Amino acid sequence: MAALHFLANPARFRRFSQRVLPALWSVTALALAIGLYWGLVIAPPDYQQGDTVRIMFLHVPTASLSMAGYLLLAALGASLLVWRHPLAALMARATAPVGATYAAVCLITGSLWGRPMWGTFWVWDARLTSFLLLFFLYLGHIALNRAYDDPERGDRAAAILAVVGAINVPIIKFSVDWWNTLHQPDSIMRIGGPSIDPSLLWPLFWMMGALALLFVALVLVRTETEIDRRRLEIAENEG
Amino acid sequence: MGFAALFLRDLRLVWRRPGDVAVVLAFFVVATVLFPLGIGPESNLLARIAAGVLWAAALFASMLSLDRLFAADYEDGALDLLLLAPWPLELAALAKCAAHWGVTGLPLAVLAPLIGAAFGLDDRSLLVLALTLLVGTPALSLIGGLAAALTLGARRSGALLALLVLPLCVPTLIFGASAIEATATGEGFWVHLTILGALALVSLATLPWAIAAALRQAGE
Repeated sequence: MAALHFLANPARFRRFSQRVLPALWSVTALALAIGLYWGLVIAPPDYQQGDTVRIMFLHVPTASLSMAGYLLLAALGASLLVWRHPLAALMARATAPVGATYAAVCLITGSLWGRPMWGTFWVWDARLTSFLLLFFLYLGHIALNRAYDDPERGDRAAAILAVVGAINVPIIKFSVDWWNTLHQPDSIMRIGGPSIDPSLLWPLFWMMGALALLFVALVLVRTETEIDRRRLEIAENEG
Repeated sequence: MGFAALFLRDLRLVWRRPGDVAVVLAFFVVATVLFPLGIGPESNLLARIAAGVLWAAALFASMLSLDRLFAADYEDGALDLLLLAPWPLELAALAKCAAHWGVTGLPLAVLAPLIGAAFGLDDRSLLVLALTLLVGTPALSLIGGLAAALTLGARRSGALLALLVLPLCVPTLIFGASAIEATATGEGFWVHLTILGALALVSLATLPWAIAAALRQAGE
């Protein structure tokens, strides 16, 4: 909490992120390079799915991270509404497009994987459909955030939407599950340990970490940009 | 006191311009009539898709009148008075949504069985159709009320409203349509109808606060 309050000041946050970012970018690049080499070259092909299983190293991490990204968006929205945290609005503005892009990557890689495995790019399966809806929730947030001439109104409206949306995500998930299920059930987080072979599981975890670092780096860079943009707007209005 | 006054005021406003409601109902009829024209007159197929078509059309129809729900009050200053009034804004939000339901959800629930009969649904399914719309449309009015409050004064608010409302309405749509489907296959509609009721109650218990928060930030 203390760190949160310390970084609430945009100027202080900017100094902090400028110091952290160069190191973060190099660690991210290294981690991505290792993860991609591990997943695409070293890891053995699956005994049933062959080389197509390598799509998993992008598909699964982007899925988890775009869901986590929506939770982050809701948390930022709540801290804007409750504490009027000045940085939360700018960071939410920076996070939403990154999360939407991760969701889009997840949907695209999923349909590329579905073509050889299920024989079709798209099926109206519960998981795919609820992910598509998550993507639409992101789009709604982005559109609402930018729909006002007064940026602070857009920030607060989008914050309310993010909180309501996050409460709705499990309900949407449950109702779509009820509606139809074809996607394979979770194979990592389940009772009795993961059903994936360790030779594929470790590079998957690695890629999860590498893409999470990329997410954080992108959000920090974009937040810096938003701080600069807001300063410019204020300067223009005063001048 | 205030709740009833605001509710009746909104009903009276609609009563004096009945065209607004007529347009929504006419849209519902025209939209559903397009499906047989597009798909073909085969009655088995029409009875199969009737539940989904009617529910989706009801969702679009109840969305049509949303953009005026708070906008008129926002423009003429009545919203500022509601914000200053000495009783909870949450109640005002609820009264406005209840009035919206009274002039869209309720007539749609009455009208839909007539269209359903034209699609070849059997009597029992028609009854369930009316029941699901009666139970489910309050949730649509509340979700729509939130989107209407969030987009007050926004650019392109009409299209934006649709983008915000539709993903949030998916659970209501799924359980509303599946209740009718379950009746047709002889499964019994009770489970679906109770879940639909639960969705409406959750919306009732949470969304008035979200709408009030959205109205407050619009009024600042």
